[in-house]
Amino acid sequence: MHTAKADDNSTLTRRRFVQGVAAVGLGALVDGKLNLASAETSAHAPAVLTGNHFDLAIDAHHVNFTGRRVRALKINGTLPGPTLKWREGNTVTIAVTNHLPSESSIHWHGMRIPAEMDGVPGLSYAGIAPGKTFVYRFPVLQNGTYWYHSHSGFQEQLGLWGALVIEPRDKDPIEYDRDYVVLLSDWTDTKPETVDSNLKKQSDYYNFHRRTAGTFIEDAKNKGLRSTVADRISWGRTNMTPTDIADVTNATYIYLMNGNPADANWTALFMPGERVRLRFINASAMTLFDVRIQGLPMTVVQADGNCVQPVTVDEIRLGVAETYDVIVQPHEEKAYTIFAQPESRGSYARGTLAPRLGMAAEVPPMDPYPNRTMADMGMGGMAQMKGMKMSQMPGMKDMQIGGNSNNSMPEMKDMEMSAMRRGAIEPLAGMAPFPQPGPHTTRLMPPPTRMLSRLTETTEGEVPLRVGPEVVGIAMKTSPRLHDPGDGLNGNGRRVLTYSDLRALYKGVDGRPPTREIILHLTGNMERYIWGFDGYKFSQAEPIHLKLGERVRFVLINDTMMEHPIHLHGLWSELENGSDEFSPYKHTLLVKPAERVSYLISADTPGRWAFHCHLLYHMASGMFRTVVVS
Amino acid sequence: MTRLALQLVFAGALLASVGVKPVCAQTPATPVDVPTSASWPKPVEDNRVLNYVIFDQLEGRTNGLNTSFRWDGEGWIGTDFNKLWIKSEGTVINGIAGDGDHEILYDRPIPHLRYVDWQAGVRLDLDSGPTRAWAAIGMQGLAPYFFNFAPTLYVRDGGRVAGRISGSYDLYFTQRFILQPQVELNFYSQADRGRGIGTGLSGLDGGVRLGYQFSRKFAPYIGYTYTGVFGQTATFSRLAGQPTSAPRFVFGVWVWH
Repeated sequence: MHTAKADDNSTLTRRRFVQGVAAVGLGALVDGKLNLASAETSAHAPAVLTGNHFDLAIDAHHVNFTGRRVRALKINGTLPGPTLKWREGNTVTIAVTNHLPSESSIHWHGMRIPAEMDGVPGLSYAGIAPGKTFVYRFPVLQNGTYWYHSHSGFQEQLGLWGALVIEPRDKDPIEYDRDYVVLLSDWTDTKPETVDSNLKKQSDYYNFHRRTAGTFIEDAKNKGLRSTVADRISWGRTNMTPTDIADVTNATYIYLMNGNPADANWTALFMPGERVRLRFINASAMTLFDVRIQGLPMTVVQADGNCVQPVTVDEIRLGVAETYDVIVQPHEEKAYTIFAQPESRGSYARGTLAPRLGMAAEVPPMDPYPNRTMADMGMGGMAQMKGMKMSQMPGMKDMQIGGNSNNSMPEMKDMEMSAMRRGAIEPLAGMAPFPQPGPHTTRLMPPPTRMLSRLTETTEGEVPLRVGPEVVGIAMKTSPRLHDPGDGLNGNGRRVLTYSDLRALYKGVDGRPPTREIILHLTGNMERYIWGFDGYKFSQAEPIHLKLGERVRFVLINDTMMEHPIHLHGLWSELENGSDEFSPYKHTLLVKPAERVSYLISADTPGRWAFHCHLLYHMASGMFRTVVVS
Repeated sequence: MTRLALQLVFAGALLASVGVKPVCAQTPATPVDVPTSASWPKPVEDNRVLNYVIFDQLEGRTNGLNTSFRWDGEGWIGTDFNKLWIKSEGTVINGIAGDGDHEILYDRPIPHLRYVDWQAGVRLDLDSGPTRAWAAIGMQGLAPYFFNFAPTLYVRDGGRVAGRISGSYDLYFTQRFILQPQVELNFYSQADRGRGIGTGLSGLDGGVRLGYQFSRKFAPYIGYTYTGVFGQTATFSRLAGQPTSAPRFVFGVWVWH
């Protein structure tokens, strides 16, 4: 069980990679000494495997998180699977054996590797058949915190995931004394196939915050009868409800930290004054987590494996599949609660930062259940526009009139045009993949000889959207909500990380302007539980084609009432948040309701890549596209 | 008659194909030189076949003297866009089944409507009375403000036409206490003395039920229902010595799977 090898690499000995310490009956390496945890708690942490060769075995086991012994899937007998610790510059070999009676797979989330190693059945390979072993082998050309998970059916929900920690080849710009992985996840005793079918048959199956006669009376008392009735009418007209926060909630989920329920109190040790690095990974199937440490500000130093300029916050919302590395420096010799509540509240995951095992701090009360607003519905600002002429409306260019959304965003385009005039270049066909931005990387700029060459930018992808079985609504007003921490986090008195805070530590490596803009609407019908892009499910749509080497802008417009963590495999998504050459490199972008975000992509690695919403049941319901780079 | 029903189903299938969205191409397809194999599974299977059964009424109805048993259920098997839908309702009083109505329908979402499906197929009146077969075409779905509704038109030989509208609304008192008003109206273009049905509005079945959801799929309820016959149908009932209205207390259970 205690598989962590002591790091013999001299540059790393200074730091200890400590596994979750409160391991019952397991030794935990603290200060080079073997500390035996007290047996009071059942908290455990994933094993850490280091080296260049790994054997992973996928098998069915049982877990008991709720008093019921139910089937789960585990990797090497644990849930979470072992943390794999790699080193940038090495080539790793991972032999994954599937002991399940059905096909399985492992996808390396956020890794820039050849497409055939990406682990998506149907795109990279056929998957791993029962009883078979697939050997992944690829060079590790990046560093940071990532994770891995199954990409087959609903296996992610059943526990097939673990953390990836990649040590940089050069000196780590992040200084820390201790290092912990904090994997957040959601668990249900219900079979995921049943969760899926429940949602298809009754989409609010897990919503126990519905509007009732009681909430009507309460609202009428607080806001007046007239405005309450008006509010009910505006939501009811389209059969929507502001209480639609999460499709799957604590009605069936319990929330885990490193595979431990809140009661088990997973504990990370520190000595006062030490810098502790926490690698938060949201490995859940459907849950957005709001994470904070009571009484301890967190300095965000990395997002999705890429270093960012340090920014200190009280709270971070992690979309599904996002990762954030933070540094905390507790000075007092006391316990601090690591508190992770889902956006839909109701229950939480929790652990403790403590100088000794067995300590606990107060668990804060949960925040109130959030409500969606008219802004989420894509109606933001409409009230103030009454009586104004269309041409006078400053936000008019953001609006999509009626069912026709053929709107090419004049503002963006103009901006882009001027950029194009400064220098447009053709795709660099056959180029090698760009490196991850680092201290020694340089920024590729358009060659000066190509300055003032022809304009090649085109906008495409906008298909006429109409409401229908696949599209409940088209947001009339969308905007980049990058300064908005998200529903349930506004005005809570805490400093919450937003996307506008993310500024990369290193300059981006591809300075070329995009030559093409692809606009995609995130669409869905909650009632029917159909999700997709541009009103099409995966099975109805053709792949998105990118030319190898081209620089493309993706624009996502969220026409739904929910957040969608959109993940593009194999290529970085460089969020356009005003940081220009310091745009953060992400693998997963959480798009808020009625939000329009744009990001740049260097299509530098050929292959068939998955592009999807990382909410598991949304993906399974069609919110998935293939991106072909060739 | 059977032919007519089949024709309607066929016409429905044609309509269905009209409703199919064309595949949407992002860009003109270009040759792709990346390895792929036809034998690989799909990365996501978003046309999963599910099945569903629900009883909106599974209840005893009593006025203290007589007790009847009433069921009204439906179910489907299929995908997001193609479903085979089955409906069944009927009442058993003293071992005699009445109001038996059983339908097999093809169901498909109506393009450009968010929450409404159209349905076409066959209805069989199958109970202790004479059997009748109808071709059926109708709609079912969610109207604005969360009203469930399902109007259906029926046709059978001799140009006989019938219609039915049913609707209901779930009023949540709390997260688990639900008050459900429900109504069903039946119309016939021509009298059918064999089944005691006159022309015009023949009957109404309405009720209010208060249920408690122990789980989403299991909610016992109590309620009050009113069944009435009108116009010529009422005359037939009086001639047969049967009551023209039947208010009843009901107790039953909502279940689905």
